Amino acid sequence: MTTETNKKFNIDTVENAANTPDTELPWAELGLKQNEFDEIVKVLGRRPTGAELAMYSVMWSEHCSYKSSKNHLRQFGQKVTEEMKKDMLVGIGENAGVTNLGDGWAVTFKIESHNSPSFVEPYQGAATGIGGIVRDIISMGARPVAVMDPLRFGEIDHPDTARVMHGAVAGIGGYGNSLGLPNIGGEMVFDAVYQGNPLVNALAVGVMRHEDIRLANASGKGNKVVLFGARTGGDGIGGASVLASESFDDTKPSKRPAVQVGDPFAEKVLIECCLELFKGSLVEGIQDLGAAGISCATSELASNGDGGMQVELTSVLLRDPTLTPGEILMSESQERMMAVVTPENVEAFEAVMDKWAVEYAWLGEVTDTGRLIITWEGEVIVDVDPRTVAHDGPVYDRPYARPSWQDALQADTFTGSVQDAGRPSAPSELAAAVTELVASPNMCDKSWITKQYDRYVGGNTAMAFPDDAGVVRVDEETGLGVALATDANGRYTYLDPYNGAQLALAEAYRNVATSGAVPMAVSDCLNFGSPEDPDVMWQLAESIRGLSDACMELGVPVTGGNVSLYNQTGTTPIHPSPVVAVLGKLDDVARRTPSGWKEDGQAIYLLGTTAAELDGSEWAKLRGHLGGLPPRVDLAAERQLGEILINASRDGMVDSAHDLSEGGLAAALVESALRYGVGARIALEELLERDGVDLFTALFSESQARAIVSVPRSEEVRFKDMCTARGFAHLRIGVVDAASNALEINGVEAMSLDALREAHEGTLPKYFG
Amino acid sequence: MTELPLIGDAPVAAESRLNGAKIGVVTFPGTLDDRDAARAVRLAGGTAVALWHADTELADVDAVVIPGGFSYGDYLRAGAISRFAPLMSKIIDAANSDAKLPVLGICNGFQILTESHLLPGSMIKNDHLKFLCRDQVLRVENNTTAWTTDYEAGQEILVPLKNQDGQYIADEKTLDALEAEGRVAFRYVGFNPNGSRRDIAGITNAAGNVVGLMPHPEHAVEPGFGPESNAGTDGLGFFTSVLNKIVGGAK
Repeated sequence: MTTETNKKFNIDTVENAANTPDTELPWAELGLKQNEFDEIVKVLGRRPTGAELAMYSVMWSEHCSYKSSKNHLRQFGQKVTEEMKKDMLVGIGENAGVTNLGDGWAVTFKIESHNSPSFVEPYQGAATGIGGIVRDIISMGARPVAVMDPLRFGEIDHPDTARVMHGAVAGIGGYGNSLGLPNIGGEMVFDAVYQGNPLVNALAVGVMRHEDIRLANASGKGNKVVLFGARTGGDGIGGASVLASESFDDTKPSKRPAVQVGDPFAEKVLIECCLELFKGSLVEGIQDLGAAGISCATSELASNGDGGMQVELTSVLLRDPTLTPGEILMSESQERMMAVVTPENVEAFEAVMDKWAVEYAWLGEVTDTGRLIITWEGEVIVDVDPRTVAHDGPVYDRPYARPSWQDALQADTFTGSVQDAGRPSAPSELAAAVTELVASPNMCDKSWITKQYDRYVGGNTAMAFPDDAGVVRVDEETGLGVALATDANGRYTYLDPYNGAQLALAEAYRNVATSGAVPMAVSDCLNFGSPEDPDVMWQLAESIRGLSDACMELGVPVTGGNVSLYNQTGTTPIHPSPVVAVLGKLDDVARRTPSGWKEDGQAIYLLGTTAAELDGSEWAKLRGHLGGLPPRVDLAAERQLGEILINASRDGMVDSAHDLSEGGLAAALVESALRYGVGARIALEELLERDGVDLFTALFSESQARAIVSVPRSEEVRFKDMCTARGFAHLRIGVVDAASNALEINGVEAMSLDALREAHEGTLPKYFG
Repeated sequence: MTELPLIGDAPVAAESRLNGAKIGVVTFPGTLDDRDAARAVRLAGGTAVALWHADTELADVDAVVIPGGFSYGDYLRAGAISRFAPLMSKIIDAANSDAKLPVLGICNGFQILTESHLLPGSMIKNDHLKFLCRDQVLRVENNTTAWTTDYEAGQEILVPLKNQDGQYIADEKTLDALEAEGRVAFRYVGFNPNGSRRDIAGITNAAGNVVGLMPHPEHAVEPGFGPESNAGTDGLGFFTSVLNKIVGGAK
């Protein structure tokens, strides 16, 4: 049968390649540039075979090689103090970073993009985004325990947005819910810049004991290489290189078949099967198959190991027997893993596979030749140094420059602009403005989305949307747990990439601290336009510089992440969107702080100061304005605020806390009231006087390093003393009023919670049914 | 098969007099809420025993929980493949035997019980066609089953609901018979989340030992990890009911 298969293709062997140097190869169609193809020929000392060309083309794609961003990403590894390394067990470069949680526990998390596939086929694109990131977590030896999804779509009323929305949300739910992973948070942003290029990012977090950490390397001559999980099919071929590394262009043929198709059941079985392998210490190295499939897994395992690898490609179990060797190497079929197993463990490994009814195929073994050799029916079709495929790809110092339009953009402030005409000031106008804000697409209630996700499964979800961070218990005995938040503000970053990226980190950091957790580590998903556009490249370079500086200042290291480039429609890039995930630790999740008011009579404090910062704000967006400078970054204040929130949680000084970010104080007050349906009476006169702002600004400014907390009467003195001792601005702005069933703000017409709820919750159902 | 809890050690049983009672929790490929069901058994004071779908003998257990999830990916039809697992035939026999083994099917477990014909009717896709996760009020209509004696008749409880194929259907004759025989065990109150006939959330067999429902009582057993109101522990009664029945006598 294999001989028959063999006859179906003209197998381009290494020998044949050496003898036919002038054969034309489709390197351009596979996304390679002339200089890159020339480099491959130089590395090999001959033309590549078809199979080798397939491997290099996917592994040297932007998506897999980070060739445009690598030079800048180095800063994440360089701007790290010894103190920051203290709890980092595995850093950047592996499938995901690992952080020490104490008590022998470790946590691994990572965020990735699945943007282009989710535009082409929203359901499968979003579903396989979850699948891929979850396999990264398994590869580290961890049990995945939760997922999160930051989403950015086009304008809410654009006819195509509903297609993407319904598909992506159903895909995330359909896949994640079937894996038994609670979805504990995320983001939903609507903006026209994402119309032709939605962002679907996916985060997964997993936990393990220290001794269970696994790495992706193939060591030990004679150890066996096995591929297990789903069979290899024709889906997703060239997905990484073709889809993720080029802009959509209507003039080229459709690339639809390049999107992978997910099977969550196969993935769930794979999770349990891998955990059983880890428990029995049955694998030496393990790697998931994601972008670039077998090409990536074989070359990375071999490259990270100490020798070489020999693999017989006809041993791969296929869904489609017509696949060519190149296609098998490039296929991105989901739910597959590759592992290295010692000969002694082969039998035990097979027993685990049989128990879970998972298919597997022994492909070859680890060698000490330093070469990755792939054969087809014994004939050599790949003979490469694995490092040249996996790690020594091209690196570009792309030219970049501050865009010529940046100065004019920053000079165009909202205050005094045409769009600012008729700024609300009368009590009825302010009430209408608050209501309009909380009903707006970006600030409205997101439960239309989140109720399609299972938040309970696993029984360890201590907090989830709409609270500031998702919190998951890790140790049932001690209550040890982790908190996670993701944030990005493309508008801020567009106005100022350096500060905008820092603001994304500041908000995620603040959200984690608001929940009571101590921020520990960062994972980032950098979504940008084409790096070949110097304007975009400048945005990327500035964002990385800003983010890495801020990580250093806040003392939280980046442990991994992903770069997604070419997010643009034609020549119009998306807003630079560095999505930042922060992971924090809670010694006891019972001490977590939710975001809503509950107890009548508790004092409401505003922490931090308010300046007139409306540029880039949600209010400005509602009025169709984008210009000026984003809110000022003050990382020292963020750190202080974080410490106050963490201490307050640990010592039981606050019952609720909610950070102020998009939508400012107005949004935070409404959300805190609607969380449990408990109102409040608020008076901001003292704030207006202290900070020198008017009531509108106090409500809608997006000044950073602020939060509101509710403090039980018995704790008020202690809480105030703590803030005073730390020299942090704090002001009692009101009191929780359970009887009123309204949000009453002096100078603003009283707003009933029923009316606010109707406005807040009505928006998504209105557009999406 | 012995299975450790997901993370950490099992909390110490609340009432030591109950921990002699062993409740099996079945895992199929694709089962998701098995650890949660085992945790609920432990928090109620019992001893949870992990059962594997391919086992050909039913271990020495006093009751069985078939937990939620997407066994076999819900492919073909929810529960349709799991129903043929070797262990299921043992469970069916034990449930129908004179010993009347108490069996609780939650969500996918309920679907498996209807596919096994231990309970009548079937579940189809929610009428709104989406997965739905929410805290749901149920009324306990029958507090005489093996799994409901710790509730008052007519008591309203709040437990999470999370499924895609939760719409309970049966022909009118079956529905009338269920009503007449008091075999509607739970009904949705205030909001029918999936279009289930006659607001039925769960049913029992005539003997009262086999109960199935779509909502998830095992996710309302621990304060802080279930619904935010009612202390979030309204589901514990399922497990204390069966444990008390096994140990004998009321608390």
